[in-house]
Amino acid sequence: MHKKKKKRDGSAVNSQLIRRPIQRWFPLFILPVFACFCIGFVWPFLQGIYLSFCSFNIPKDATWVGIANYAKVFKDPSFAHAFWNTAAFAVVSIIIINVFAFIVAYALTQKMRGSNLFRTVFFMPNLIGGVVLGYIWSMIFDGILKQYGTYLTSNATYGFWGLVILVSWQQIGYMMIIYIAGLQAVPSDMLEAAKIDGATGAQTLFKVIIPNVMPSITICTFLTLTNGFKLFDQNLALTGGLPQVVDKAAKMKVNMSELLALNIYSTYNINKNWHGVAQAKAVIFFILVAVLALSQQYATRKKEVQQ
Amino acid sequence: MKKLIALLLAVVMVLGLVACASSATTEEPAKTEEPAKTEEPAKTEEPAAEEPAEEPAASASGSVYYLNFKPEADQAWQDLAKLYTEQTGVPVKVVTAASGDYSTTLNAQMGKDGAPTLFQCGNQQGLADWDDYCLDLTGTAVYNEMTTDDFNLRNEAGEVKAIGYCYEAYGIITNKALLAEAGYSVDDITDFASLKAVADDIHARADELGFDAFTSAGLDGSSSWRFSGHLANMPLFYEFRDDGVTAQPETVTGAYLDNFRAIWDLYITDSCVAPSELPTATGDQAEAEFGQGKAVFFQNGSWEYANLVTDESKGFLMNPEDITMIPIYCGVDGEQDAGLCAGTENCWAVNSQASEEDIQATLDFLYWVVTSDEGTQMMADNLGPIPFKNAKTPENVFFAAANDYTAAGKYVVTWAFNYTPNVDSWRAGLVTALAAYSANPSDATWEDVVTAFVDGWAIEYAMQNG
Repeated sequence: MHKKKKKRDGSAVNSQLIRRPIQRWFPLFILPVFACFCIGFVWPFLQGIYLSFCSFNIPKDATWVGIANYAKVFKDPSFAHAFWNTAAFAVVSIIIINVFAFIVAYALTQKMRGSNLFRTVFFMPNLIGGVVLGYIWSMIFDGILKQYGTYLTSNATYGFWGLVILVSWQQIGYMMIIYIAGLQAVPSDMLEAAKIDGATGAQTLFKVIIPNVMPSITICTFLTLTNGFKLFDQNLALTGGLPQVVDKAAKMKVNMSELLALNIYSTYNINKNWHGVAQAKAVIFFILVAVLALSQQYATRKKEVQQ
Repeated sequence: MKKLIALLLAVVMVLGLVACASSATTEEPAKTEEPAKTEEPAKTEEPAAEEPAEEPAASASGSVYYLNFKPEADQAWQDLAKLYTEQTGVPVKVVTAASGDYSTTLNAQMGKDGAPTLFQCGNQQGLADWDDYCLDLTGTAVYNEMTTDDFNLRNEAGEVKAIGYCYEAYGIITNKALLAEAGYSVDDITDFASLKAVADDIHARADELGFDAFTSAGLDGSSSWRFSGHLANMPLFYEFRDDGVTAQPETVTGAYLDNFRAIWDLYITDSCVAPSELPTATGDQAEAEFGQGKAVFFQNGSWEYANLVTDESKGFLMNPEDITMIPIYCGVDGEQDAGLCAGTENCWAVNSQASEEDIQATLDFLYWVVTSDEGTQMMADNLGPIPFKNAKTPENVFFAAANDYTAAGKYVVTWAFNYTPNVDSWRAGLVTALAAYSANPSDATWEDVVTAFVDGWAIEYAMQNG
């Protein structure tokens, strides 16, 4: 009797006949992916943490040195410089990318001819790899700066804004797609109600549309924030961290346009004494990105409205 | 309309299949080649081959894995490896690291089972990193075939850890035909003053002659190593010679930096490109300027021979008789007696942590490479002169020039830059300063070059050992 009723409801998936085997056998189905996840992520991650406490040339030679690597990281001025560089870059790129992506998405959700074509065109830069973009843009910037008798790596400001322009150009189209999806999901009855109530365009935007696309804003800020912190290819290809400034008095060298990921990479390449230090930097880097991303998620999620 | 779209989609799919099929067929030879050279011939030929009877029994069970770092010589090594396997039945695997990726590849490969048995360890820094993995080659058959110890790397205990298997030379590549057109010959250039006189004159008459003195001294990443590495060797070499430096020094004084400035000024003023454009000029650009006859002088090395003379895809196809290489003069006393800058970063190291059979197989393979006709011919064609008894003479005219200078009793300018600490970073600092100086030459901007050179060295040394 009981079973018959279930069947009539058409909710066959809830039938115990089906549910029980799934409950019993689901580990088998998850296993392949879980194994891949462990091999490709969990194990290297744990080994990476272990190596950050070691001195090594190649992983199998690792010898435990305790927190010596971390001590070295905090004494390294290039790491601090790269950190502030990255923070500034992340803030600027988050604002620029999201504002422009939203504006473009807003414009392209209005009824206009060729909006699909525009969407495609704006999205396209995202399909090109970071290294390729870096080299192409370095040529473009150098070509422009040549007119003024200078060049991209002559000063850190050019490198910084060059990178901002490059990354904005690359990512605005991607974020635009997410915003378009969000904007299309704004209930039309709400917009209609706002119109009938005599809301101005600005009021509609700030009181109706933006609260409704909050989930998109959350995801887009999350993506731009983590992308900004993790940026590597573009940095390497555009300026390679140049110009390098030698501070005679402080006895140190700093690559002015270097961001965190590139700093870790160049630390690793100094020699084998620095492999462990680079690994320690990478662990600190991970914690930093994780904390930032989680707190940002927490902050923006609170502002989302339930439809 | 829908039918049309369906039809279009079908066509696209079919085209996709065709593309897949054609790419599969082009890739096939590569795929079949690889397993062939690793194992199959070994199995089929081992019982059949008669010659290997002489080979020590241990090597028959060993195999060779060579991590090569010169992409341009990859095919030649693959062919040679295949030939060796056919002759002896010993499997030889050759893997070539992508350009500029050698140290990362080595690091990754060494951590695996079946690590390379033969790899490159080209300078002091490489030796410091890989000393524990390098077999002491003293007294091995391949070592005993060597004609000089000059290019070998020894560790602090004096063990031969890597052997220099070929050497390279660099200097100022000169277009003799253009030089003659301007009314000079290479014999007119014997020191910095005469080089400057000739270059100044050609530069002054550039419009009339249709070519200039120097190719662009570009400081883009593809070209800057010619100056931050090779040209910077001049002040380093003379300083180390004066001070009797034989190991990596903690500091440098920059005693010869005025000479460095003199030659750099000459490069950037008597050039076919304005100094302000140099920070972004590339290596290909300079090569093309020389190849197309727009300039007489081009600072580069023996490895450019193929690009300038034989490489059809480049299309320069210069007459080898028109080009030669002269020493880099920078105004140091007694430099009339200088020859070309000769040295190497091509050093073989044998992995001491490989199994005994594999080590023996690797040593046997190396011995065969440097003694057999096929091996020495391949080395002469692809790598230039090799310091082994059975060496064949390469057709590269730049080596002929290097030998002529040595035969005339001139001293060899060795590669002092092999001592550079944290080399990439030190060079990056020098490039930054040189670029700023070239865009705006003044004593103040030169001061930054000195800082990058002298203070940069001390900082990198401390960093590297910190």
